[in-house]
Amino acid sequence: MSTNKSRRNFLKVSAATGGGFMLGFSILTSCEPKPVVAMQPELVMPETWMEINGFIKIGDNGVVTIMSPNPEIGQNVKTAMPMIIAEELDVDWKNVIVEQGKLDTENFERQIAGGSQSIRHGWEPLRNTGATARAMLVSAAAETLEVPADELRTENGIIHHDASGKSIAYGEVAALATTMEVPTEVKLKDPKDFKIIGQGKKNVDAKKIVTGQPLFGIDVEREGMLYAGIIHPPAFGLELKSFDAAAALAMPGITNVFAIDCAPKGKEMQWSDAPTVRKQVAVVGKSTWQVMKAKKAVTVEWAKASDAEDTAGHKAKMADLIANGKAQEARRDGNPESAFAGAAKIVEATYSAPFLAHNTMEPMNFFAHVTDEKAELHGPVQTPEFLEKSIATLFDMDPAQIEVGMTRMGGGFGRRLYGSFAVEAALISKQAGAPIKLVYTREDDMTQGTYRPDYLVKYRAGLDADGKLIAFHVRGTGTHGSPVFANRFPAGTVDNYLAENIGMDSNISTGAWRAPKSNFIAGAEQAFLDEVAEAAGKDPIDFRLELFDRAINDPVGEKHDYDAERYAGVLKLVRKESGWDGDSGEARGVAAYYCHNSYVAQVLHLELDDKGNPKVDKVDCVVDCGIVVNPEGARNQIEGGIVDGIGHALYGQMTFTDGKPDHQNFDTYRLIRHAEAPREINTFFVDNGIKPTGLGEPSLPPIMGALANAIYAAKGERVYDQPFMGAALRG
Amino acid sequence: MAQYQLTINGESRTVDVSPDTPLLWALRDDMGLVGTKFGCGIGQCGACTVHIDGVAMRSCQLPVSQIAEGESKVTTIEGLSDNGTHPVQQAWLEHDVPQCGYCQAGQIMSAASLLELTPNPTDEDITAGMAGNICRCGTYVRIHAAVKTAAGKLS
Repeated sequence: MSTNKSRRNFLKVSAATGGGFMLGFSILTSCEPKPVVAMQPELVMPETWMEINGFIKIGDNGVVTIMSPNPEIGQNVKTAMPMIIAEELDVDWKNVIVEQGKLDTENFERQIAGGSQSIRHGWEPLRNTGATARAMLVSAAAETLEVPADELRTENGIIHHDASGKSIAYGEVAALATTMEVPTEVKLKDPKDFKIIGQGKKNVDAKKIVTGQPLFGIDVEREGMLYAGIIHPPAFGLELKSFDAAAALAMPGITNVFAIDCAPKGKEMQWSDAPTVRKQVAVVGKSTWQVMKAKKAVTVEWAKASDAEDTAGHKAKMADLIANGKAQEARRDGNPESAFAGAAKIVEATYSAPFLAHNTMEPMNFFAHVTDEKAELHGPVQTPEFLEKSIATLFDMDPAQIEVGMTRMGGGFGRRLYGSFAVEAALISKQAGAPIKLVYTREDDMTQGTYRPDYLVKYRAGLDADGKLIAFHVRGTGTHGSPVFANRFPAGTVDNYLAENIGMDSNISTGAWRAPKSNFIAGAEQAFLDEVAEAAGKDPIDFRLELFDRAINDPVGEKHDYDAERYAGVLKLVRKESGWDGDSGEARGVAAYYCHNSYVAQVLHLELDDKGNPKVDKVDCVVDCGIVVNPEGARNQIEGGIVDGIGHALYGQMTFTDGKPDHQNFDTYRLIRHAEAPREINTFFVDNGIKPTGLGEPSLPPIMGALANAIYAAKGERVYDQPFMGAALRG
Repeated sequence: MAQYQLTINGESRTVDVSPDTPLLWALRDDMGLVGTKFGCGIGQCGACTVHIDGVAMRSCQLPVSQIAEGESKVTTIEGLSDNGTHPVQQAWLEHDVPQCGYCQAGQIMSAASLLELTPNPTDEDITAGMAGNICRCGTYVRIHAAVKTAAGKLS
């Protein structure tokens, strides 16, 4: 096999991408699902693979293997990232096999799933990778055919010399191509010539998923592997004091019970692997079920380490901080105080949201085999690079002694950014002296922490006698930080503006949860603007568009984070596509939001059931995320974010009593189910040729606002506190 | 520990486990059939759905001893069809349903059982039949459409 593994192919971009494309909103892809390319047929495997670079192997028969570098958590980058390479490589997608790359910092960059950034950051490097390989194949063909390289063109894995009528396949020149010099500059395709990007391609793992093949971390099996579970404190504020394992060790199949220290003194772990609980009890045995039963037989004594917190206490503390707390001023324009004093009308509202658990369907788990010489880790983690560093520190190993393999993940939503469970698995394997697979129970998973923080935010808006917004004030707090983004909308549109942040400490651990902060603040802000528009006597879309006009023509202050034209663009389109200006006879709510460099506007159509409970009928959604690499996968992401947002806004909550999570499993932690999902979701992508931006998160935040506004339209009562069905849930 | 004889996907299999071991873990740890997924362990999420004598059941709630005693025939996602050819699996591919994919084996097993019992389901039938399966990625709209497509293929 010919290989050329050490070359790095992240090169300078020589062609402007997206240049020459009109920025506009007139061209839309249809909301109707387009026919998509059929499932890949079974490919005939080549006899020899030629590795062109770290991403691409070409077989002698023209079959191509493309490595997908980033962790796959359901955001479908395992399909989309290889599509980008295949486009510039200029091969037929039908001949492409996708493989999940391992952690490989030599060949790959930013192997992280987080912040909806895989495609955005990968766009140019992946295009260059494909184009570089294509250029090397062309050079090899030029040598073989004895013609100048610049007279050659490629099409679907074949290199043509039109003048002589000669042609040669990639597979025939791939071996020679591996010996070619790596070009320093390559020409990228004009986006108008894209044949793969922009076409709906099926999830490359779909066949394996629907037939139940092993794909996920929890499916990992190794010869001689033992199974492990952990026992963490039942409440925040407690720490391990002692344990008695005699009864558990007497149970069948149980091999070890011991304590692990996830942050030993002098070992600095990466931010992502800092344990939420330092000391835990590990139980190791011959089957998952034996371990689960034995965990219950371990008697553990817990000691108080810090004060127990509860939900009522958090609410009271946040209310006090909003009323009296010392705030950090994040942005000030004009003179908000005097503007409010002179306002004809002031609207004021306070919004809250509870802690949320991630609740990935696949509970946290990891395989580890750690000896004195090496560490093999394999499993679902969004941050494998950081994990490798933590493991190196923990066991005084060189990165060369560590192998981190990535599995498909049964959901991430931010939870698997924090790899403490992988560290636990490594510690357990080392101490047990065996390869082990650690699996959390649902209860372990739900009560361990890393929650979306609880939040409280207070808004005030001042209107003049004509209903013009002249003053705006937002003041927010939340566990481990305020949710307010000071420079996002409506910053830049109001002459007198003040944004304030107030921090709050807690021993309840928090972490990134799909669209951090935005997953609360968007809903609050969009519900508040609806109320302000009503006070101003204006249509909620007209009201927002007036503000965007201000940001476009005469922005207030030095900067704001968003592009007001693109923002207004999605709102205008959703107005048209949803039939907003007609009377549909339905209760409707509108919202628009910018995050992860993308713009989303939504109209939600709501019905009430016979008990008066909200039931979402339909959502119309317009997305501006630049070039859409895989419209099929993209539409699925948008739909998922909408369903996820509706579910959490209506039902999601984690509460605490004496530091103990009140919900431990899905019997009392309510997630949205089939019947509660919208009947119909229509997604429209703005086609503007701009470089791609985030997609996995942006559809979730605004839907919470659209839902709140539709509930008001339906019931005449505004909802301020999530979950909106809170009272019903308690009843 | 005791030996139990089970019929899984048409094959007779012997497992040596404690009587209370849920079918889920016998499938996953002892028989290497990992397509059936662990989600909650209390029969609330549906990720572990298998067919017991053709009917969708939660395998995390079924002790191996009970399955053996009842001489029940177990079908898992691996045995639903040869190479993913069941109309429900085909409909799932056609609608490109999965995101993370973890819950989908359970969703497919529930859908196949629903269509077995109710070949021409109404929207309400589908909603009721799929109520026990959670999808955290939120693919319900596609699941609903795929069940309808599969019903069309079956009828």
